[in-house]
Amino acid sequence: MHGSVAASAQAETRAAPPLEKDLLRFITCGSVDDGKSTLIGRMLYETNSVPSDQLETLAAESRRFGTQGNSLDLALLVDGLSAEREQGITIDIAYRYFATESRKFIVIDAPGHEQYTRNMVTGASQADYGVLLVDARQGLTEQTRRHARVLKLLGVSGMVLAVNKMDRVRFLQDAFDEVVGAFAAFAKEEGIEHFDAVPLSALTGANVAAPSTAMPWYDGPALLRLLETVPTGLRAKRAEEPFRMAVQLALRPDEGFRGFAGTIASGSIAVGDRILVQPSGHASTIARIVTMDGDLESAGANQAVVLVLSDEVDCSRGDVIASADEPLPLATRLTSELVWLSEQSFSPTRDYVLKSATRSIAVRVDLPDGGQELALNAMRTVSLETTGELPVEPYKAGSLFGAFILLDKETQATVAAGMIGALDSAQSGLRNGPEADIVWFNAGGVEDSGHELSRIVAGLSANGNRVMAFDDGDLQESVCAGLDRGSAEWGARAYAVATLAARSGATVVVATASPRPEGSDARDVSQASAIAPDWVI
Amino acid sequence: MTAPLNHLQMLEAESIHIFREVVAESENPVMLYSVGKDSAVLLHLARKAFFPAPVPFPLLHVDTTWKFRAMYEFRDTIAEKYGVELLVHQNPEAVERGINPFDHGPLHTDMWKSQGLRQALDLHKFDASFAGARRDEDKSRAKERIISVRTAGHRWDPRRQRPELWNLYNARKAPGETIRAFPLSNWTEADIWQYIAAEDIPIVPLYFAAPRPVVERDGMLLMVDDDRFPLRDGEVPEERWVRFRTLGCYPLTGAVESRADTLEAVVAETLATRVSERQGRAIDRDSFDSMERKKREGYF
Repeated sequence: MHGSVAASAQAETRAAPPLEKDLLRFITCGSVDDGKSTLIGRMLYETNSVPSDQLETLAAESRRFGTQGNSLDLALLVDGLSAEREQGITIDIAYRYFATESRKFIVIDAPGHEQYTRNMVTGASQADYGVLLVDARQGLTEQTRRHARVLKLLGVSGMVLAVNKMDRVRFLQDAFDEVVGAFAAFAKEEGIEHFDAVPLSALTGANVAAPSTAMPWYDGPALLRLLETVPTGLRAKRAEEPFRMAVQLALRPDEGFRGFAGTIASGSIAVGDRILVQPSGHASTIARIVTMDGDLESAGANQAVVLVLSDEVDCSRGDVIASADEPLPLATRLTSELVWLSEQSFSPTRDYVLKSATRSIAVRVDLPDGGQELALNAMRTVSLETTGELPVEPYKAGSLFGAFILLDKETQATVAAGMIGALDSAQSGLRNGPEADIVWFNAGGVEDSGHELSRIVAGLSANGNRVMAFDDGDLQESVCAGLDRGSAEWGARAYAVATLAARSGATVVVATASPRPEGSDARDVSQASAIAPDWVI
Repeated sequence: MTAPLNHLQMLEAESIHIFREVVAESENPVMLYSVGKDSAVLLHLARKAFFPAPVPFPLLHVDTTWKFRAMYEFRDTIAEKYGVELLVHQNPEAVERGINPFDHGPLHTDMWKSQGLRQALDLHKFDASFAGARRDEDKSRAKERIISVRTAGHRWDPRRQRPELWNLYNARKAPGETIRAFPLSNWTEADIWQYIAAEDIPIVPLYFAAPRPVVERDGMLLMVDDDRFPLRDGEVPEERWVRFRTLGCYPLTGAVESRADTLEAVVAETLATRVSERQGRAIDRDSFDSMERKKREGYF
C-alpha cells in the first residue's frame, strides 16, 4: 500500500446511507459445501461492506488459499480463524455486518456440520429470520430439515430457502421447483406455515443483490431485496405483548432516588400505569421513567430505562416488574426442552444454576425415567424444580421469560439452554399483594445462619420496609419452650406468632429449622441471596 | 404503543443491557479507556446505563507514553467532566527500558499494551473489564463473544468460550478466570460515527482535519507530534491537511489526507470511504494472522 491510498479512497465513494434504519438479525444455515461462506461474502461484497484494504488482502489470499483460480474467492472474506481456514471448515458462530439503504443486518453465521445443534440453537436464539441454504445439485437434505426444525423449535417463524448453485444446474427451473416442492411437503408436516424461496448463485451473484437474466422464469425478489422487506420479527412482536421488565440493578445514588434499571422485554409502559413486582406480588404504580436524555412519559419494548415506583416496595435484581393486569405466572416446577451445550455431560451430582431473565437460582434437573445421560448436542424434555418462585411463561417466539440457560455452579460455564414447555399447574398461579408478608427462612443446615439472617433483614429493610425477625433461640425461650426443634408443632407455633406480628404491617422473618405448616402462606427462602439485592449502587 | 426503535437505538439499548448485566455479576469491574472514539462511545453508554447513579467502575488507561499529545490533553479532562475515576498504568519495566516504537518494533506493543494491561488488571484485581472492541474491526474478532472468558494469565482459549443465547449473558467466572466484556460487539464503524453525531459525543480533535506536521514513511502519513520523532535522512515534516480515523501511539498511526474539519464532514467521509480504519495501524500488518495471535497472547 502507498500513501496515495488515502487520496484514492476518497474517490471511491458510495452514497451515504440514511441514519434511520431498522435492524434485522438473520441466521444462515447450511454447510461450507452449500456455498454458505461464498453467499455471505457475496452479500458483504454487493453491499460495499468490504473495505478496500481487505479486498486487496482478499486478492492475495485468493491466490494463496482460494478455490476459484484467479478470481476472488469471496468465501475467504468470512472464513475467520487461521486454523479453520487451513482445514476449510468453520467451527464456531461468526457475526458479520452489512447495511443497505433501509436496514442494518447482523448475519449470524452458524456452521453446518460440527456441533450443529449447539451452534444452531445459539444462533437461532438471537435470530429474527432464517436463511436455509440448499445446494441445487443435492436437493433437500436431512441437514436442511434439521436446521428448519431447530428454527421452528426456537420460534423463528420467518425463513427463506436459498437454493444455491443454480449455475451448476444450468439455471433450470425444474431443479428449483423440485427443492421447493420437497420443502413445502416437509414444512406442512412440521407445521411451518410460511417460507420464501429464491433460486440463486452466490458464485456468480445471480439473484443475490439484483434479479438475474439467467433465470427469467423467476419473478420474485433477489435475496437481499427480500431480506430488506421481511418483518423484523421477534423483536417487533414483543411490542404487542403485555408489559414486562426484568430488573437488572437497583439504583440508589442518594437517599432521594431509588430506581430499577432494566430493558423492557415486552409491551409498553407509561407514567401512572399499575404494576406488580414479581414474584413477591407487591403492587405499585410507575412514578417516573428515567433516562439520561430526560424523563419519558412512556417507553416500549427493547428500550433500556430506569423505572421509579410510587411506593417503597421491595424490589431488586432478578425481580420482574409486570403489568398489574397481566402479570407472569409464577412457578417452581417446570417442564422444559433442554439442549445440552457443554462438552461436560449432565451429572445428577453436580449443582446447576438456572438463569431466567436476570434471576439466577439453584435448580434441580430431573431427566425422564430417572435417566442420567445428557451429552453435548443432546435435546431432551426434562423436569426442573427451582428453590424459589420464578416469573416465567411457556416459550414462544419473542418471549424472554420462556427461555433460560443453565450454568454449572463450579465452573460457571453455560452448559445448557432451555425452553419452557409447561408450568406445573399445581405450582403456577398468580399471587396478589400479600395479606401478611412473612418470610420463612429455612435455617436448618445453613452455616452461619445468624449472618444469613442479618443479610436477609438488611435486604428487606433496604427498601424501606419495617422488618421484624425471630429465630429458634427466641422461640425456645418463649412459645416453644419444651418442644422438639424441627417438629411440626414448633413450626405451627412459629407461624402463628409470625401471623400476629405481621398484622402490624411489618415484614416478618422466621429463621427456623422447622417445617412451615401445611396450607400456610409465606415466602420460602433458603439463602440470603434470594432476598438481599445482589447489587445496589 | 411507542414507535419502533431504529438501529442506533437498538444497539444503544443492547450495550446498556450488557453493561448492567456484567456489573451485576462481577465484583470489581473496570472499563478500559483508550481515549479514542470507541472509548468515547463506550463511556457515553456507561453513563447512560447507570444514570442517575455515577458510573460504578473506574476507567483504566493503559498508557504507552507515546500517544498523541492531544490525546493526553483530552484524557485529562474526562475524569472531572464526567465524574469518573481515571486510573493510568504504565508498565514500569517499559518505562525503565525506554521501550519505544522506533527502536523496539513489536516489543513496544507487547510490553506497553499486552503486558501493561495484564499488570494493571492483576494489580487492581479487576475481575471484569469492559472494552470497546467491535466484531467488524477484524476477521478474527467475528467469533468473539460479547462476554469473553480469560483463563489465569488472561489467555483467550477458543474452547472455553461460552455460547451466548437470547439476551442471557453469563458474566460469572470460576476462580482464577476473568471476564472481558465488549458492549460494542455489534456496532460497525459507521454506527459509531453516526451515534457520535446523533448524541453529540466529544472526541479528540485529531479526528477532525487540520493542518498538521507530517512525514510520509513506509506508505503511511505519520504526524511528527513531538521532538522524540527521529527524522530519517531527507525527511522534512510538512504541513498537510490530515485527520485520523483511529488513534494509537502517534509513531504507529497513519493519518489520511482530508479536509473534513466538522463532525458532519467526517461522518459523510467515513460512510463514503472503503478503506477500513485499521489500515492506519501499523500493528496489524505485522503478519498474516496478527490479530488472532495477539488476542491469544492477551492483547485485545
